[in-house]
Amino acid sequence: MIRCDHVVTNDKPGDPGYDENLAAFEARIARGDKVEPGDWMPDAYRQQLIRLIHVHANSEICGALPEGGWIPHAPSLKRKLALVAKVQDEVGHAQLLYRAAETLGKPREEMIEELIAGKAKYSNVFHYHAETWADVAIIAWLIDAGAIVNQRMMAEGSYGPYSRALKRICYEEAFHLTHGYDMCITLAHGTTLQRDMLQDALNRWWEPIMMFHGPSDKESKHNEILMKWGVKLKSNDQQRQEFLKQYVPKIGELGLTIPEKWNLRFDEATGEYLYAEPNWEEFINVVRGNGPASALRLRTRKMAHDDGLWVREALESAARDERVPVSVN
Amino acid sequence: MTTFANAESVAGEVKDALIDLIYRLADDDLILGHRNSVWTGLAPILEADIAMSSLAQDEIGQAVAYYTLLHELGEDDPDTLAFARGVEDYRCASLTVLDRGDWAFTTVRQYFYDVYKTHRLAALTESAYVPLAQLARKVRGEQKYHMMHSRMWVSRLGDATDESHQRMQAAVDALYGHALGLFEPTPHEAVAVEAGFCVAEADLLAAWRAEVEPMFEQAGLTSPGDAKPVYGGRRGAHAAELQTLLDEMQQVYRLEPTAAW
Repeated sequence: MIRCDHVVTNDKPGDPGYDENLAAFEARIARGDKVEPGDWMPDAYRQQLIRLIHVHANSEICGALPEGGWIPHAPSLKRKLALVAKVQDEVGHAQLLYRAAETLGKPREEMIEELIAGKAKYSNVFHYHAETWADVAIIAWLIDAGAIVNQRMMAEGSYGPYSRALKRICYEEAFHLTHGYDMCITLAHGTTLQRDMLQDALNRWWEPIMMFHGPSDKESKHNEILMKWGVKLKSNDQQRQEFLKQYVPKIGELGLTIPEKWNLRFDEATGEYLYAEPNWEEFINVVRGNGPASALRLRTRKMAHDDGLWVREALESAARDERVPVSVN
Repeated sequence: MTTFANAESVAGEVKDALIDLIYRLADDDLILGHRNSVWTGLAPILEADIAMSSLAQDEIGQAVAYYTLLHELGEDDPDTLAFARGVEDYRCASLTVLDRGDWAFTTVRQYFYDVYKTHRLAALTESAYVPLAQLARKVRGEQKYHMMHSRMWVSRLGDATDESHQRMQAAVDALYGHALGLFEPTPHEAVAVEAGFCVAEADLLAAWRAEVEPMFEQAGLTSPGDAKPVYGGRRGAHAAELQTLLDEMQQVYRLEPTAAW
């Protein structure tokens, strides 16, 4: 397990030298330098990053569950192989991200235990059930598309380990998008049953997708400081617009329709999409653990964690017993 | 030895014996790959999760390659073979069919299977059916890593803690007879061996035992002396668990069996 035993010195407002250090830190970020694990950073920056990366890692590991549940049911050999590989990537992303968060001083075990205890958040979209095979297609296409918009932006951020992890993650997500789009194309051009299944999935997933990039800029409280410190370079609404501009036309090309209640329309004057604002109270409620599948997700993760305890204990014991070979030259 | 260059060069009972052999290889890999794939997202540590998922992908991928050989020999296309046969048409051994159990059960099963498969593939590289020999040479590269992975788990968990030892030994006791069932003789065996497609099951079993016993000694595990082989899988007589597995696997496919998915 990686631990970075950082020396915490004068990293809070009011500490000696804080203002000078902060000015130098902000100047580095303005120059486009990456901040590395041993570098001075404000405690607030460290805490924000731990929070963000932790939520992101949790989202990957919880995101493996709705799609993972469909692995046994994948309807062709090609889809079965692709889906196992895709879900495996999500688990791999969780591993990369927990490691990135560990460089800021928070151990993986602690992060996983906080998740299971319901004390740490994960993305709103994984609080919903994947009800049919078409849901798997919509998730792999549109949710991964939304994630790419977010992660490409975050990959330009100021914290080195997170930025590097995200570059690799984006590379793999691009394959997921292709896999998801291919599934959607197949269903959209398939039988009536398949087309209806896909439209039904889109109808159910559109609201969580509209909420995916987080509360509207009018409501989001974290944006300002994150943008100043080069952690987050675009607002939630900017990301949402970017997603809509890229994918609403493609959704139409597949013959799918976005539910009318969203009143989604392109405004030529501003070059942006207009829509009925999602219910942000509902969003907050869902990410706090009150979504339709929230309890199931945590129960499943807890079961996996508890069932694996004896294995982790055995590995630790085996590692203690291993002798370091002595060189004989 | 006479070799058979391609599907056109085999016929009659020789062809039947070849097809029977390849079904055994394909179905073992598909069904065990299916069982292993279910661990994705649920394994004891993230690194083990990723490894188990790679294993499942290799196994399912190898099943596809074997089904493709069968298709060349005049059988249905790979998806139809995987998703549209009746339970009695599958030729997998009961070892691969059993539900995943705990991590000890999964890793002991995988170890038993990997030792079998390593020896099976080594022999198949010399198969008189050239496309099968070529495939075996290719697959052997992946199998080397599966074997290292399985040995690592058995050796680490066998006597690490009281609990790990007890769980691993319970898995060995439960699985040993099923592992012996991998070597179930089939009515086609004599013809297949005579044609040079594969070696006798009894020879494979001897090689398997010779490898498992020293490993168990090192890992603090004991082979049950009185384990009876669980036969039936190689002739399509399966426990009810396989039908349950197929219902799960074919659930979406059956919604529109003729559609592309």
